[in-house]
Amino acid sequence: MRAYQDRKNAQAKVYYKDRFYVSPQLPKEEVDSDEVFAKDLATISKKAEVKEAYIQRGQLVIILENRHDIVAVAKLLKEKLTYTQLSEMSANDFLADRGEFEVFYQFLSMEKRKRLRVKYSIKEDQAVDSLYDIYKSADWAEREMYDMFGIVANEHPNLKRILMPDDWSGHPLRKSYPLQGDEDAQWYEIDTIFGKDYREVVGPEIRDTKRIDPKDTENFARIGKEVPRGANPKDFDENYDDFQEEGGVPLITRFTKKNQKTLTDRK
Amino acid sequence: MAQHKVNYMADSGLPVALTTVDKLVQWGRSNSLWALTYGLACCAIEMMASGASRYDFDRFGTIFRASPRQADVMVVAGTLTKKHAQFIRRLYDQMTEPKWVISMGSCANTGGMFNTYATVQGVDRIIPVDIYLPGCAPRPETLQYAVMMLQKKIRKQSAFQKAKTKRLV
Repeated sequence: MRAYQDRKNAQAKVYYKDRFYVSPQLPKEEVDSDEVFAKDLATISKKAEVKEAYIQRGQLVIILENRHDIVAVAKLLKEKLTYTQLSEMSANDFLADRGEFEVFYQFLSMEKRKRLRVKYSIKEDQAVDSLYDIYKSADWAEREMYDMFGIVANEHPNLKRILMPDDWSGHPLRKSYPLQGDEDAQWYEIDTIFGKDYREVVGPEIRDTKRIDPKDTENFARIGKEVPRGANPKDFDENYDDFQEEGGVPLITRFTKKNQKTLTDRK
Repeated sequence: MAQHKVNYMADSGLPVALTTVDKLVQWGRSNSLWALTYGLACCAIEMMASGASRYDFDRFGTIFRASPRQADVMVVAGTLTKKHAQFIRRLYDQMTEPKWVISMGSCANTGGMFNTYATVQGVDRIIPVDIYLPGCAPRPETLQYAVMMLQKKIRKQSAFQKAKTKRLV
């Protein structure tokens, strides 16, 4: 659930924090409550060191102690435990809270009709082991994780950015990345197309969504009647936004209110 | 063979119309505005609807082309991302003079609701825009109005003036 925000002033920044606010969490159940999951967990525990395991929303969540166990666990899941699909994988940024990323893998078994999630934590400078050899869907997912968080996947065949352009700087889904972009991001299109010299010509981005200036006819954010760009609104009469000139256009019937017809029935 | 006797002095006088070359050329240009489809997001749906039979842009001589070489007006319909910005500029440069740009919808005008790192805050940062068309998304009637306003603008321009250097070239 989102924290309550006053709708009347949604743009204003919240200047207080509820000290006693605890973000709601889904209830966790014991793994033994589900036979299939209990068996799966027992099999996995033999191969890898499991830090914690529970069932949440009908899905088994396994938290691994050692990040290098993931390849063995994934191989086991696919070959022995019928989890044939890696439907999603990515990371969460907890650098500010705990100084680490939480990497998660979501597996699906069509045979058992079960979903299973494997998680583990890594430090900022650590890399994960690629699952490309086991699940082909890890290819783009790991590229996206690298693009958005800067987490490198070892032995990935083609590790490059997938969403942002190749010459982009920074990793946008990190909590430390500003929503409206750092300096490189704000000037990206100007720098790549015209070069840095043009920054002065074009000027900074206008990001104030509330900005209205009736006298400004250079930019889009303007109210009042239509006038050409840069013109003074006082020089134009009220009928300027009529789409035909006063004298009419050759060979085109002039539209007048008198000639208009309102249809009562559908033709 | 039928013989027609033409009475030049009857009705509206001589079959001669006097006009300027400017007016003739610009009248022709304004009534065959071939548009480069530039569907980037949901505005493209409205743009396609404008071209289809119900709203029928062909009436205005506006025929959508998929090639910048054959187009006179670029209808930027949708959200322009920063990754894509260089391509819109390249396609604009490939269009032959004279050329015009309609910026369709809030996203193309100002970035719209995408006040984020990945969206260009208005296509006029990249290419010069002639008509800003507000709306999210504008209805086909609104796009028709924009095209008619552009036609009016073209009719006022001089046919042989050197292509005016726009803000960014």
